[in-house]
Order: sequence, then C-alpha cells, then structure tokens
Amino acid sequence: MVQLRLPPNSRIEKGKLYPSSSKGPRMKLFHIYRYDPDSKDNPRLDTYELNLDECGPMVLDALIKIKNEVDTTLTFRRSCREGICGSCAMNIDGTNTLACIKHIEECKSDIKVTPLPHLYVVKDLVPDLSFAYSQYDSIQPWLQSSEDPPPDKERLQSKEERAKLDGLWECILCFCCTTSCPSYWWGGDRYLGPATLLQSYRWIEESRDEATGERLDALEDPFKLYRCHTIMNCTNTCPKNLNPAKAIGEIKKKMVERVG
Amino acid sequence: MIPSVKEKRPLSPHLQVYKIQITSLLSIMHRGTGIVLYGGSILWVLWFLALAAGPQSYYRMQEFLLNPFGLIILIGWSFSFFYHLCNGIRHLLWDIGFGYDMPMVRFTGWTVIISSFFLTALAWIFGILYERIWL
Repeated sequence: MVQLRLPPNSRIEKGKLYPSSSKGPRMKLFHIYRYDPDSKDNPRLDTYELNLDECGPMVLDALIKIKNEVDTTLTFRRSCREGICGSCAMNIDGTNTLACIKHIEECKSDIKVTPLPHLYVVKDLVPDLSFAYSQYDSIQPWLQSSEDPPPDKERLQSKEERAKLDGLWECILCFCCTTSCPSYWWGGDRYLGPATLLQSYRWIEESRDEATGERLDALEDPFKLYRCHTIMNCTNTCPKNLNPAKAIGEIKKKMVERVG
Repeated sequence: MIPSVKEKRPLSPHLQVYKIQITSLLSIMHRGTGIVLYGGSILWVLWFLALAAGPQSYYRMQEFLLNPFGLIILIGWSFSFFYHLCNGIRHLLWDIGFGYDMPMVRFTGWTVIISSFFLTALAWIFGILYERIWL
C-alpha cells in the first residue's frame, strides 16, 4: 500500500541555527537534513547561514565550507566535484541533482538539502543505495557473447551501431532519476527504476551483445519494467540531461515488436 | 545490512520535499480524473435509472443535478473527461515513441491543460445554446 506519510522515526524535527560570524551583502540560509545514527533522535533540519562572498559557487562548495568551518560532523558523499562520479547526488531545492554542478545562485530563496528521496538514511545526506545497486546487478550489465573476442583486436562496431549508445553510456549511476520517480518510491521493491532500465537498454541496444532476447525476457514482468507510468520526473531531473523515460519507452516498444 | 539495523534507519523524505512539477502534476491528475470518471459513470447510470423510473424521479434527479452543487459535479466530471481524453492521447504518443524530450513534454503538457479547459467550456457553451435555441 502506498505510504504517503513518513514513518514515525523518520519525521523531520526542527534543528539548530548556526548564524554566520561574517556578514556581507550576499547571505544565504541552508536548511540541511541531519540524522545521527548514534543517537536515538529523529532526523532534524539544521540551518546554516553562509556569506556567499566567502564561498564557492556550487552547493557542494557550501557543504564543504560548512563541514570545514562550522560543523565537522556533517556527512555527505563527494569525490570528483565536476559531475562525473555521481557521488554527491542529493535533493536540493526540491529536485534531485548533483551538489557539485548545482549553482547556489539558481536557488532563489533559502536552500533545502535532503538525501535522495525514499531511501534509508545511513547518516545525514548519505542514503543506503545497496538495494538499487543490487537491482543494477540483476540486469547483468556486461557484454554477453558466445564467442571469445578475437585474439589480436577488439570486437568491432560500426559508427552507426556505436551512435545508438549515445545518451546511454553517459549515465553515471547517481540514481537521481530513480529516486525522483513516485512509482519507484512506492514500488521500488519490484520495479527496477529508470537508472537501471536505462542501463538495461544500453545493453539491449549493444550490437556486440548476443543476449538481447534473454534481456527482454527478464524484463517481461508486471513490475520490473511496466511500473513505469511515464511520469517523466526522471528525465526532468537527470543532471546529465539524459532521457531514461525514452529508454524505457524504447524497451516497451521492443517488447511489442518482437511479438510481431 | 542486517534487517534490524536497516529498520531503525529513517526513510528519507520524498513527497514531503519533492517539488511538484508539470511532469508529476499532470501524471497525478491523470489518475485523479480517471477516478472521477469512474464515479461519474455511476452517476450516469443513476441518471438513466431515474429516467427509466418515470417523470417524477427524473425531475428530482434533474433538480439535484442543476442546483449549484450538482453543477460543480457535472463541470468537474466533464473537465475530467476531456483532461483524461487529451492526456490519454499524450500517453498513446509516448507509447509509439514520440514526445519524450523535455521541451516536447512541456509543450504537450500545456497543450493538454489548455485544450481540456477549452473543450470543457466549448461543451458547456454548446450544451447551453442547444437548450436555449433548439429545445
């Protein structure tokens, strides 16, 4: 059954306010989701005031500044700070994106930062993605072929065949799309979600892969694929501007085409 | 992760924080109008039953439907019909692989909103004119 409210242990309480010591013309309030697994308290929303004249332009810069200068216990994932690793995926200002490529200036008023939606929170902005990863694993995201590769060269692909993978290979598996999907929130135990389905389509479209039929068979299920109701939140939120909804639509088309 | 540990972890906020956008709003409206149509079809059957039961019950049914509360139901029902119809066509276009790019999603979305209001107004204007002129 669809659970609209958060369970009692997950309801967010009012947190602390950390005023900035330095003042300037460009002050900004950041409301950040905090959860400490070592205490029995519910999650809370702490407010940090920052002087933007002393802070980098991105939301990740603000988070790092808070961690360095205000509160060292603030916990979040980050690595590349240029939108290629997918570590700092979180909900900023109501939509999922990567903190490292989200401009603070884009957010008009206060900025609310919460973890990726509808996941179990390990600490602060770090959600547990192990189930989503296991779903990704379930689609067997690797090249499957009955033949061994030629000993002296790579498996070749024409330019046209390679072009079919554009818009698919760029996915960095940040799961912004998957956790933006209401259908995944309430059916994610059985529905694979947009990120995994986009990857599945990447292997279905792969000219060198010979398991296309098996891959489609594996998705022929009332939930895994068909829980996509074309809500389109996934495509709207993808920080890499990819189109998971379209990939899912193409898989659905292939399902019909092969029946004839 | 051990299940007992997992259960203690809080669930991150979803509906509570996620911004309502044209994508999700139109989707939930499609579902909502679908439910209204379901209820509306029961109302329709009741109307037919009243009609079949004779002039007196039909008159009472008309009286109920044509007071302000009844009119709100009828207008809501007709809007639901046109919205569900237009957005249904949008879903069919998606099913044949058309209209997945975000600019097109926004364009078809706004088209659905505007045309369902327009068609609802048109149906009511036509209905009122029909009643005044030909009946």
